[in-house]
Amino acid sequence: MNVAVLQFPGSNCDQDALHLFASGLKVPARYVWHKDTGLGSADLVVVPGGFSYGDYLRCGAIARFSPVMRAVRDFASAGGLVLGICNGFQILCEAGLLPGALIRNSSLEYRCLTCELAVEPSTPSFGPATLGPTIRMPIGHGEGNYRIDPEGLARLRANRQVLLRYASNPNGSLDDIAGIRNETGNVFGMMPHPDRAFERFHPSQDGLAVARAVLATRFPEVLKRAG
Amino acid sequence: MTEPFPPNPDPVLNQPITPALVKKHGLLPDEYARIRAALGRDPALTELGIFSVMWSEHCSYKNTRPLLKGFPTEKKHIGAGFGRVLVKAGEENAGIVDIGNGWAIAFKIESHNHPSAVEPFEGAATGVGGIIRDIFTMGARPVLLTNSLRFGDLSSPATKRLLRGVVAGISHYGNCVGVPTIGGDVYFDRSYEGNPLVNALCLGTLRHDQIRRGKATGVGNPVYYVGAATGRDGLGGAAFASKELSAESSADRPAVQKGDPFMEKLLIEACLEMMSVPELVVGIQDMGAAGLTCSTCETASRGGAGIEIELDKVPQRETGMNSYEIMLSESQERMLVIVKKGREREIEQIFEKWDLHASRVGFVTDTGRMVVRHHGTVVADIPARTLTDEAPVYQREAREGPGPVAARAWTPAGLADLDCAGVCAALPRLLSHPTIASKRWIYRQYDHMVQHGTVVAPGSDAAVVRLRLGEAERFIAISNDGNGRYCYVNPHRGALIAMAECLRNLACSGAVPLAMTDNLNFGNPYKPEAFHPLKECVRGLAEACRFFDVPVVGGNVSLYNESPEGAIDPTPTVGVVGLIESEAHVTRQHVRSAGERLLLLGGWPDELGASQYLGVIHGLKMGDAPAVDLAVEKSLQDLLLSQIRAGRVRAAHDLSEGGLLVALSEMLFGGDNPPAAPGLGAAIDLSKGAATRTDALLFGESQGRVVLAVLPADEPAVLVAARAAGVDAAEIGAVTGDGILALRLARPEANVSWPVAELRRAWETSIEAQMARPGLG
Repeated sequence: MNVAVLQFPGSNCDQDALHLFASGLKVPARYVWHKDTGLGSADLVVVPGGFSYGDYLRCGAIARFSPVMRAVRDFASAGGLVLGICNGFQILCEAGLLPGALIRNSSLEYRCLTCELAVEPSTPSFGPATLGPTIRMPIGHGEGNYRIDPEGLARLRANRQVLLRYASNPNGSLDDIAGIRNETGNVFGMMPHPDRAFERFHPSQDGLAVARAVLATRFPEVLKRAG
Repeated sequence: MTEPFPPNPDPVLNQPITPALVKKHGLLPDEYARIRAALGRDPALTELGIFSVMWSEHCSYKNTRPLLKGFPTEKKHIGAGFGRVLVKAGEENAGIVDIGNGWAIAFKIESHNHPSAVEPFEGAATGVGGIIRDIFTMGARPVLLTNSLRFGDLSSPATKRLLRGVVAGISHYGNCVGVPTIGGDVYFDRSYEGNPLVNALCLGTLRHDQIRRGKATGVGNPVYYVGAATGRDGLGGAAFASKELSAESSADRPAVQKGDPFMEKLLIEACLEMMSVPELVVGIQDMGAAGLTCSTCETASRGGAGIEIELDKVPQRETGMNSYEIMLSESQERMLVIVKKGREREIEQIFEKWDLHASRVGFVTDTGRMVVRHHGTVVADIPARTLTDEAPVYQREAREGPGPVAARAWTPAGLADLDCAGVCAALPRLLSHPTIASKRWIYRQYDHMVQHGTVVAPGSDAAVVRLRLGEAERFIAISNDGNGRYCYVNPHRGALIAMAECLRNLACSGAVPLAMTDNLNFGNPYKPEAFHPLKECVRGLAEACRFFDVPVVGGNVSLYNESPEGAIDPTPTVGVVGLIESEAHVTRQHVRSAGERLLLLGGWPDELGASQYLGVIHGLKMGDAPAVDLAVEKSLQDLLLSQIRAGRVRAAHDLSEGGLLVALSEMLFGGDNPPAAPGLGAAIDLSKGAATRTDALLFGESQGRVVLAVLPADEPAVLVAARAAGVDAAEIGAVTGDGILALRLARPEANVSWPVAELRRAWETSIEAQMARPGLG
């Protein structure tokens, strides 16, 4: 197995994401530079957190145009697994790989804290059956307020595309949404950081289970290996 | 007299240097005479500007250098393979300390007080950016930030605006650049009204072989300018920082720089990549205060060389800038790099990869002179050392003012002691005072988790971070302290306390101190009554550092902290970094389960002077600062560490602002990670408390005190160890599961109690409620 972690100028959770997989899950992981036009052989592409290109415009608005994102789009449309964390989630929404948009927190302030999250039954590998009914993961963002039009929200609900909901909404997100997947179930995006929830001393180790649940979409043996 | 330059075609630059112009540049007539003597002629305008910034207090430490010489800069007793100072204070942009196995840490604190006073967001943001550059210029990867902040009374709208702006600025810059802001300290006191303090600390990690220096050596080696383009922002910022704030200071707003954390992030990555190439970089220095001027003459001076630069090659974002403006600009996110000749292409390729400017602006010479050309004309030609090592040094006059003398003579004899109702009311009032209250409103705006190494997040005695060093791990703790009230009434003692408390905090978290960095925030040094506390505080810090064998590895001096209201309380802010030898020793201030016994170490508190209690309840800044005995502190810290290493300490919290009851309350409030166990309380018996006054027993700030939580089975061993160490230890109660803080007192003979949830609410929501903006979620 092989995990590709994208690096944009301004990515700052790229190392965190790499370690989640490499040190946490013991899955080989490597970086892919934003100017690259190919991903190499990848089983999962992680779009990490940070401030890609400074995010002085809308978050992720510039990153979507970078050369590597064309490769990510092709990879996703061929059914490849993609996980966007925080800024990565924003980029995937801007790139049209996930529906909806993320706007400024309703407090107009950045928020860094650990959130309790309700796990929604979404896919065979991502749901309360594999993760438990609630998990805890940290957030760290200024623009995590998820928005979508009423039809879009109805579709998300009907297709069970909501992955995670905040128990106590920290940013004004519609319907308390903290993470979603695309309709076909191979592209995942979430504001909470699994890459801040895997070390012994982290607020929880639930990030490992989340990363495993994403991988298990295509590689069910990952779950078996974890026992 | 040597020949003057050929006249500059620009009439502005060619103007004669008049006494009025000299004065406007903040230079004294004597200093101007020295400049003429050094040059052997009248300076040109650009040169005058260069001297004015280099000889400002901010760059030259001309009024403080003799004092700072008293600081110990090396550790005397090196044990266990760590703690040696590899780069000493004053040598470079930041000091470096060995942490073992070939790894080291670089750290330093620096102020951005004046810019933050007039433009809080950009002032604080660029303060963070500047200190990060000081760290990565040493070759280190920045891994954590902390800050010491001081504001006026939070009830004033001006303070709210400043707090909001400063916190947003730190958050904006630190979060984007991806370095976690993991701790700090914040005080609110009227003396900082109109002159807030913003001191930012950064720490980075590096291998010994990665240490880089700000030295220009090797004749003919090219000098590169990398990073952001130069604009007119921050013109003369160093000079601006070296005068008092006045009603007209807002007109100095152009002297405040504008930060771009995205650019800084790219610069960090590009510079670290460049420095990882063996033998490529000869020297490197950031362009901070006094920008291009300071970086060129300092690198030349350190290298015993000269430098020649050509300003036409400096990337500029504004047109028509003259040499004076380019040399004095403090545009952010710029570095000067001296590269090995013949390897120009390598550095250029790295900066191309990161889409950054890398412009070859000059070369190293053997003349010892800093020569600057613009449009084909020499605009400055100055012996580099006259700007740095040979800058003027003054012994200033010190005289204690009447205020502190009167304050020390005060006793609480005329003050009614607390009765039962008074005790009941005082605790929530103290807990909700913003100096003591939870700083959650602040730190939840800081990304304190990025880089996934944060072990103890903000909200405990010291922050703890796991460092990833290749395949190995190290745990370090950091604490910031500095109580201006103590330093106002008794500067020498206040400084001793700042160090003692900082080290106590580290010991409470399980850490052995490594080294210290300090930021000296004081008033106008030309006023003897403002210089006196500076001198006394430095004497106190030096004494404590020597006693504890904690070397000073760098820091910053910020003078002229005066607003029209007067000088701030003298405020040395101290940051000490400690090493925790094993993850198992990481200790927090929060009790963990019912049944734990609470032990008071250090004896009963019995002093009221300069306490928060006097300030909050009685509106007084009176009495002497609490007594401090360094030997007693040392025994206490050694005992703490030995008990933590023996696995006997469930929680440890030092008594500081607010005294015993505040400390006990904070121990019950719990932190975010691990989350607070619900329903904890404590039954405390202070009826044997041997204090002369109840208020002093409960809220006095006597030093050298710590409360420990231990399991009943471990209690006898801890008491035996305390006796052997000569540290007073008394059981004062136990943790309960009823959610009540219950107190038994002998005088007044009474039982007082509070629901912990109510106390917690008072403490946790105070700043948040005062900063609330209606309508925002």
